[in-house]
Amino acid sequence: MPEELNTRETESAPGSTAANEYERESVPESKLKGLRSFVGMYAGEHAAGTEFVIGPLFVVHGVSAFDMLVGLLLGNFMAVLSWRFLCAPIAVRVRQTMYYQLERICGIRLVTLYNLANGLMFCFLAGAMVSVSATAVGIPFNMKMPGLNDWLPNSAGWIVAVLAVGLVISIVAARGYDAVARFANIASPWMVLVFLACGIAALPQLGIHSLADFWPVANKVIWKGVPIGGNAQYTFWHVFCFAWFCNLAMHVGMSDLSIFRYARKAGYGYASAAGMYVGHYMAWISAALLFALYLKENPAETADTAVLAPGPMAMNIAGLAGAVCVIIAGWTTANPTIYRAGLAFQVLFRKWSRFRVTLVAGALATIGGIFPALVMKLLDFVALYGLILMPMGTVIFLDYWVLPKLNLKSFYAEVAGISTNWAAGAAWILSLCFCLALFLLFGMEQFFLFIPCWFFAAVLYIAGSRIIQRRVHQI
Amino acid sequence: MKILLCTLGLIGLLATVLPSVLVCSGTIEPGTHKTIMLIGMILWFVTAPFFMKRKKSV
Repeated sequence: MPEELNTRETESAPGSTAANEYERESVPESKLKGLRSFVGMYAGEHAAGTEFVIGPLFVVHGVSAFDMLVGLLLGNFMAVLSWRFLCAPIAVRVRQTMYYQLERICGIRLVTLYNLANGLMFCFLAGAMVSVSATAVGIPFNMKMPGLNDWLPNSAGWIVAVLAVGLVISIVAARGYDAVARFANIASPWMVLVFLACGIAALPQLGIHSLADFWPVANKVIWKGVPIGGNAQYTFWHVFCFAWFCNLAMHVGMSDLSIFRYARKAGYGYASAAGMYVGHYMAWISAALLFALYLKENPAETADTAVLAPGPMAMNIAGLAGAVCVIIAGWTTANPTIYRAGLAFQVLFRKWSRFRVTLVAGALATIGGIFPALVMKLLDFVALYGLILMPMGTVIFLDYWVLPKLNLKSFYAEVAGISTNWAAGAAWILSLCFCLALFLLFGMEQFFLFIPCWFFAAVLYIAGSRIIQRRVHQI
Repeated sequence: MKILLCTLGLIGLLATVLPSVLVCSGTIEPGTHKTIMLIGMILWFVTAPFFMKRKKSV
């Protein structure tokens, strides 16, 4: 997830050392990479610690077996198409980072604001990953795990575990994450197989002993179609849209321009399927099976007493290897996320050292991780995360494909030498206000807001560009 | 040497995933499954750093 949600864009922020290549120029032909690089990267990055939470949350929200299996299948397919047809074509034509393209379109001030929003989102995402790891770290200490309805920390042990994990991750991130990135590469194939093994091994304990058993048990034991406690009922469309926009900032939001600028052709966008169907299909389903098994083994649990603790869930089915997988999955994804949040903040606090600013980002993530609400409401947070960053992807898309056809200038901030392109600023801010209005006044759920938001931002950007560029030319 | 390490690493990965199929088919007990997974994990992490090449991320 989110994972890995987007965690890469701010590598290209000014001052970055992690990916200082071609930050402000197009990637040359000689540096393009093959399809395998992209397949491997997507498969690894989307098997993160948060996958252990997302799958169970669909069970909590009473998704049925059909909604889960088919909704995820089609929603992930839409995500792959978004990478292929929205993001990759621009990436292979312009071959510049998202950050640099945005700076050329929007101006440096607006990009700084975008980076601040991105950095904050990274911090909270990393906080959720820290929480996931803490559930495994707390196992030997018999720590009380957070419950489904816990928004605040429920024990001193939980706070200590999160602080310990957060401290270690923050310090490692502040010292530079190259070693962890290498470790993450090594751990990645093993983690994917642990996810798969957990799912397979849970089947007999759930009552599935043959293929014929699967569908009845899936409907009656795993995805019963009844929400737990007072949680909202999710349908096929919730699952479909969530799977689609889980990485909204990356594909529709265009932050993976920074990745696909190295692709030989736009067809490499299909490599994202490796991440979607390994991390966001197999892993989510496996995690859901683990949680269903927990509920089956603890039938007396109610919404108030049931816990959502990936560490014990994985330990229950895979032993120590499962618990270690939860720690590593959380750690290896939280670490670069905190590092990149630090990079984002450094654009604002230029006089601060990288070490200091990353520690601050780590502290924010750790404080966020102390509150179980971040994990229990992860689906809502992911929706918000994508929604906040997505309109800038709309701006990039229109700037490249549509503005030239309307005799308007692309990369207007660069052309006009301005630090803020208000057409882009208005498209971003007002489209978010529009979403808020749809949410508050019409009760439209956050899972579906991104579609009207995209079109609203598109109209605003075209109208704004027309007004601003005509006014300037008249002068 | 590298071939040996690579083979051991692959055995580690197989030991991670194959026991789950065996426990699913009722061939082995869940306790054995957990132990084999642990061995697989150790095998993989001890050997993989020596044969997985350093990749530059895209």
